Amino acid sequence: MVEIKLEHISKKYTGAKDYSVKNFNLNVKDKEFIVFVGPSGCGKSTTLRMIAGLEGITQGNLYIDEKMVNDEAPKDRDIAMVFQNYALYPHMTVFDNMAFGLKLRKYDRIEIEKRVQNAAKILGLTDFLKRKPAALSGGQRQRVALGRAIVRDAPIFLMDEPLSNLDAKLRISMRAEIAKLHRSLQTTTIYVTHDQTEAMTMADRIVVMRDGEIQQVGTPKEVYQKPVNVFVADFIGAPATNFFNVILQDGHIKTEEKNFNLAVPEGVYKILKQKGYEGEKLILGVRPEHIHTEQAFIETFPNATVKAKVVVSELLGSESILYTKVGENEFVSKVDARDYLDPGQTVELGFDLNNSHFFDSQTQKSIL
Amino acid sequence: MDTGMQDISKTSKILVGIVLMILGFLMILPFLWMFLSSFKTSTEISLSQSFWPKHWTIDNYENLFTNGSFGIYIKNTLIITMASFIGLFLNAMAGYGFAKFDFKGRKFLFMAVLATMMIPGQVTMIPVYLILNQMQLTNTLLGIVLPGLVGAFGIFLFRQFMSNIPDSIVEAARLDGAGEWYIFFHLILPISKPVLAVQGILTFIGGWNAFLWPLIIANDQKYYTLSVGLQLLQGQHTSDYGLQMAGSSFMVIPIVIIFVIFQKYILQGFNIQMDK
Repeated sequence: MVEIKLEHISKKYTGAKDYSVKNFNLNVKDKEFIVFVGPSGCGKSTTLRMIAGLEGITQGNLYIDEKMVNDEAPKDRDIAMVFQNYALYPHMTVFDNMAFGLKLRKYDRIEIEKRVQNAAKILGLTDFLKRKPAALSGGQRQRVALGRAIVRDAPIFLMDEPLSNLDAKLRISMRAEIAKLHRSLQTTTIYVTHDQTEAMTMADRIVVMRDGEIQQVGTPKEVYQKPVNVFVADFIGAPATNFFNVILQDGHIKTEEKNFNLAVPEGVYKILKQKGYEGEKLILGVRPEHIHTEQAFIETFPNATVKAKVVVSELLGSESILYTKVGENEFVSKVDARDYLDPGQTVELGFDLNNSHFFDSQTQKSIL
Repeated sequence: MDTGMQDISKTSKILVGIVLMILGFLMILPFLWMFLSSFKTSTEISLSQSFWPKHWTIDNYENLFTNGSFGIYIKNTLIITMASFIGLFLNAMAGYGFAKFDFKGRKFLFMAVLATMMIPGQVTMIPVYLILNQMQLTNTLLGIVLPGLVGAFGIFLFRQFMSNIPDSIVEAARLDGAGEWYIFFHLILPISKPVLAVQGILTFIGGWNAFLWPLIIANDQKYYTLSVGLQLLQGQHTSDYGLQMAGSSFMVIPIVIIFVIFQKYILQGFNIQMDK
């Protein structure tokens, strides 16, 4: 059992004007896989390093299992960490790299041998134990870094962008491997990434951050389906959500262009009207996958369609991405590969407003 | 076409090789002559200009130790060289501190260290002598060793090398449970092997060749180093060239051997310096 509690954690580097992390509150439950995600400079790594004890905490309290650890040295927190650049000890063999922490904690030789061999087996490193890191590929080095964390059997894993130095293909396979590892070891894990796909595929809960502040905490499904603000809707999901500045009027939303005029489903309209947005400005967020070309959809919602001009189109195999334009509004839709269209063609697109997001144009916060 | 190009590069390689060989031979000739002459008798040296000794003898070397005090000089030189290795270790620690720790005044201190490189040794010689005199360290081995124990250049080289070691290695070790001393001895020093080797060799050469400072500080023969002693041979036995040749060979040979063995590291060291 291990829980991590971050209470009003803030960080300000000496000499810096602004706080790098502001009032960060989070309870990490036992065995949970938490992913901090956000653009670079959002404070996610800083937060992770504060948990590890590699950075001091300016304000707030950090608890591991009810015990305040603000002032404890990293080695006393019993945390294993995987770094972006692997941080392997270059002059030691793979075996010694993994055994390093165990030797320091005075485990006996037989136990060390057992644990390292076991970790090597899990990670497919058995044949490489005598090699030095320089003689390994990027993926193998990353595995050694993971192995070094596994052998410690520490109750908490911290991972700081562990996959960003790998090539795309390897990243996907290592992603699955880490997820598998977490399922079998059940170690409480905090994982930092700027890649929303990694966050979506691996996390039990995602913490979306921007400018040192938490934007939203939730399961991948929650942050995808119910983003609390424009930033989260924009950051989570690829291709990114399309945003339109619209005005709500008589059950319709319109942009300044005449031909962009969509009927809002009744249920949604009722709520918007209740909250006083009739005649007001809104930001409409529609994910590319919620813009349809299927005839069936268009026939069901005939008043929620626009005619758009294709600017660029990409065929990805199973689907195609259409970059389209209505007046000044450019937006992206993800449609079936059969509906691939050449640039210059006109297409009728149906907007799924039941799955779209409405944001206040001032606060940028979600309305529904 | 291809083979033609290869032929050209091959002949030019051979040509360059021959030129370098001749130049190299010219360079080494005096040393060789010195070495061979050290095995000649004094009469042979003064009478003939032959390159090869007619009668091989090791009398000159025996003489160095029996009539001269080369035994003592060697002992002193070795002590000084050993001591300068302690200095090397201190340089490494200072370099590590500057490279990996963020403390108040780090920048200023480092600039101050670098600034000492700008001052020629001759300028500080007299003040340092006066200070040592006050401390009653003149005419002692400690007095010979102390001023050169740590040096800005060594610290600078270590710092440059160590700042290229990723912080995350140090951090990973901290999380693994290593203390700061352990990290320094088991990670930083082994990783810094190339720069340590270079500095080690330079330190050895420096210690072995130390001349001016020992000459100034040591009044007593029993604190003389090899190079000071060698200079003494000139005054005491003006005509004994054989003895001088033996003494000179004795000084030069270890350096040559070390250079041959470690030339890889020495060249690497120059690369490290140039990279910066």
